[in-house]
Amino acid sequence: MLLAPIVWVLTVVICYYFAAQVWWFPPAISQHGLAYDAQFMRTLVITGIIFFLAQFALGWVIFRYRDNGTRAHYSHGNDKWETIWTSATAILFVGLVLMGTRIWVAVHLSEPDPNAVPIELMAKQFAFSFRYPGPDGKFGSTDLKLVNDAAGNPFGLDDNDAAGKDDIVSASLKVPAGKPIKLIMHSRDVIHNFFVRELRLKQDIVPGMEIPLYFQADTPGVYEIPCSELCGLGHFQMRSTMEVMSEADFEKWKVEQAANK
Amino acid sequence: MASPVAHSAHHAPQGFIRKYVFSLDHKVIGIQYYFLALFSVLIGMSLSLLMRFHMVHPDAKVGWFGTLWPTAAQGGIMTPELYLSLMTMHGTIMVFFVLTTAPQSGFGNFFLPIQIGAEDMAFPVLNMLSFWTTLLALGVMVSAFFVQGGAPLAGWTAYPPLSAVPQAGPGEGLGQTLWIVSIAIFSGASLMGAINFIATLIDLRCKGMSLMRLPLTCWTWFVTAILGLLGFAVLLAAGVLLILDRTAGTSFFLPAGLMVSDQILNHKGGSPLLWQHLFWFFGHPEVYIAILPGMGVTSQLLSTFSRKPIFGYRAMVFAILSIGFLGFLVWGHHMFMSGMSPYSAMAFSVLTMAIGVPSAIKTFNWIGTLWGGRIRYTAAMMYALGFVSLFVTGGLSGIFLGQPALDLYFHDTYFVVGHFHMIMGVAAIFGMFAGTFYWFPKMFGRMMNETLGKIHFYLTFVGVYAIFTPMHYLGIAGNPRRYSDFTNFDFLGKLLPVHTFMTHAAYFTAAAQILFFFNLFWSMWKGKKAPMNPWDATTLEWTIPSPPPFDNFAGQHPVVNHGPYEYGVPGAPKDFIMQTDPADVHAE
Repeated sequence: MLLAPIVWVLTVVICYYFAAQVWWFPPAISQHGLAYDAQFMRTLVITGIIFFLAQFALGWVIFRYRDNGTRAHYSHGNDKWETIWTSATAILFVGLVLMGTRIWVAVHLSEPDPNAVPIELMAKQFAFSFRYPGPDGKFGSTDLKLVNDAAGNPFGLDDNDAAGKDDIVSASLKVPAGKPIKLIMHSRDVIHNFFVRELRLKQDIVPGMEIPLYFQADTPGVYEIPCSELCGLGHFQMRSTMEVMSEADFEKWKVEQAANK
Repeated sequence: MASPVAHSAHHAPQGFIRKYVFSLDHKVIGIQYYFLALFSVLIGMSLSLLMRFHMVHPDAKVGWFGTLWPTAAQGGIMTPELYLSLMTMHGTIMVFFVLTTAPQSGFGNFFLPIQIGAEDMAFPVLNMLSFWTTLLALGVMVSAFFVQGGAPLAGWTAYPPLSAVPQAGPGEGLGQTLWIVSIAIFSGASLMGAINFIATLIDLRCKGMSLMRLPLTCWTWFVTAILGLLGFAVLLAAGVLLILDRTAGTSFFLPAGLMVSDQILNHKGGSPLLWQHLFWFFGHPEVYIAILPGMGVTSQLLSTFSRKPIFGYRAMVFAILSIGFLGFLVWGHHMFMSGMSPYSAMAFSVLTMAIGVPSAIKTFNWIGTLWGGRIRYTAAMMYALGFVSLFVTGGLSGIFLGQPALDLYFHDTYFVVGHFHMIMGVAAIFGMFAGTFYWFPKMFGRMMNETLGKIHFYLTFVGVYAIFTPMHYLGIAGNPRRYSDFTNFDFLGKLLPVHTFMTHAAYFTAAAQILFFFNLFWSMWKGKKAPMNPWDATTLEWTIPSPPPFDNFAGQHPVVNHGPYEYGVPGAPKDFIMQTDPADVHAE
């Protein structure tokens, strides 16, 4: 039966490309990223084995049990096998999700570091903007009525607020390596999404909500941020970058930005 | 409305219009639904080819694009907003008018009453009404292409504020309104259909057709109807709220502080997440609405063509019921990244893994059914076997996405696109192909061409793997979905060869469908005349002529004495026992 070898060949080809990692994750740049990769590999190995065995078995029965004119063995099933494979799958599937729970808890539910560097993100159709509080450590107040993208004020910073005088606004994200970051995310029109592949992190940015995302990046470099929630016609070009720099470079950058204001 | 008792006396209608257009006959309505889905799948597939073309040739100038879309493809170059419109309409038409329509309303309408020994559905007029309402919904949906601004671009999930604010993009004006109206009409039609299916199965089973003697197809149609009843009611309500937000100035889904296209909006107090909860409360059961009937058909065919009883009938029924029940408790896994509470994500993920268990039970039982069988490789059987393979492949990628931790990367990447196309798209469509080849003789009184069917099967089977497997690799590389081109990011440019490969695979697979359409229409007029029971099958539709007379059983009331999958019974005169065979045929 031709279908059996076709199923087997497809199975082997699919498994090969997963194993060869031709199209793959970029290297992780954080502890979380490494934990993520470990959980992914666990899941890949377990589902890979199930995938291979199930497809191989399917091919085998197709190959082996062609009608030969005799009657099949009359059976309505086997409760023992039914119980075994039901419990085995249940344990395996729930076990996997529980193993991954640590990663989820670390990202979203662990006690945030009070010394995390605060950065505000404002998303709009079709750009990201980032704001740093300046030396006073305080974000100035904002007002939607003062928003002026052309004049470089996407947040609607109020000039009359002293706390906002030293705020730095940037079109790309700069973070110090090895320091905890608190990214406070806002959108002012539709839902957008913050995604950095190398961080293995993703979060929707929802208008009307303030969503904090804590992370730490360890490896200096420049990483792309593609918007990953459909936001309209310019969705495919809504791009920014995250630059991870040494702490000294980061401080220098902030000083330069303040001077350029 | 005719009561089940009163309508059993009705006579065959006279005249073309009452017979074939405004028919009350469940068989004609089933075929009408089937052709509606066939027409829709042609539109949906054409849209997907245009999308695949644009993704690899975003700047191509094609004359007739400009003719078709004078504004959105001015000069023949497709704009990003046109791409998103095609994507929105592709998803919507495929999910609602194909995947919801053919397996349930098409095959279910035709075969549920016959398989349970009834003369018609419980409410024939309601049945007719639900079909014509569905057709109206399709008309409204397609008309969105032809209004000012074109079709909506918010995707088939229509997340507000994008879908709630007309200024948020082209297509978000009248096009989006028509989209919502169409979905609301469709929901109404589905509710009518669901009530009819449920009443029919509960009330009109013939003598001896106990629940545990129902063919598994009937179980899946029944549970699908319940999912439809509960799911579409919520979608209808959500649609009404969304229209109010757009036109009446309410703020169900719109929070304060919105500024769209430099305009400050006067909304406050709503939540964009509310829509997602309502939508996915429908949307996840919808996945099972699409796939459950395919599972039923597959179970039926694997047993019939391997000449063995289904392995673990009772376990299969419980699996169908638990999928139906759990299907309503897992909607949150679409929202892990939405900003909802991280605690609820953990609850939803455990429930999601739990729903994987009955799905796995079904797979094991299918292989158990085949094991030791005497398999007859008909074209119908090939599609059922293909269904099992695709179901395994598409199901296993769900183990990644069901974990919130791993979804931190995979959400809204091509991994998701590959996953759901494999399972609710292609596997479900293989269920439809299987059903078509299996039931065509009964529906049209002629046989389809087996050789042509098998060639079509092989080409399509390899073709869909070639289209949708690479999407998983793209997802691992982080490729976001719903991007109209990949030239703006360094990392996406490197993935373009994979997209080119998938586009070619899509052309190839689409071309292979010509074989199916040819086979279908050619066989309808020129196929070999079908006998009453061409597959040596046991269920009630094979006890009546092909095609069946108007009232199915010619005034007789069938009596069922056996379970639905009595194949290879030792000592029986033939290798199968029909459900209606006398009780003493059974030889133990």
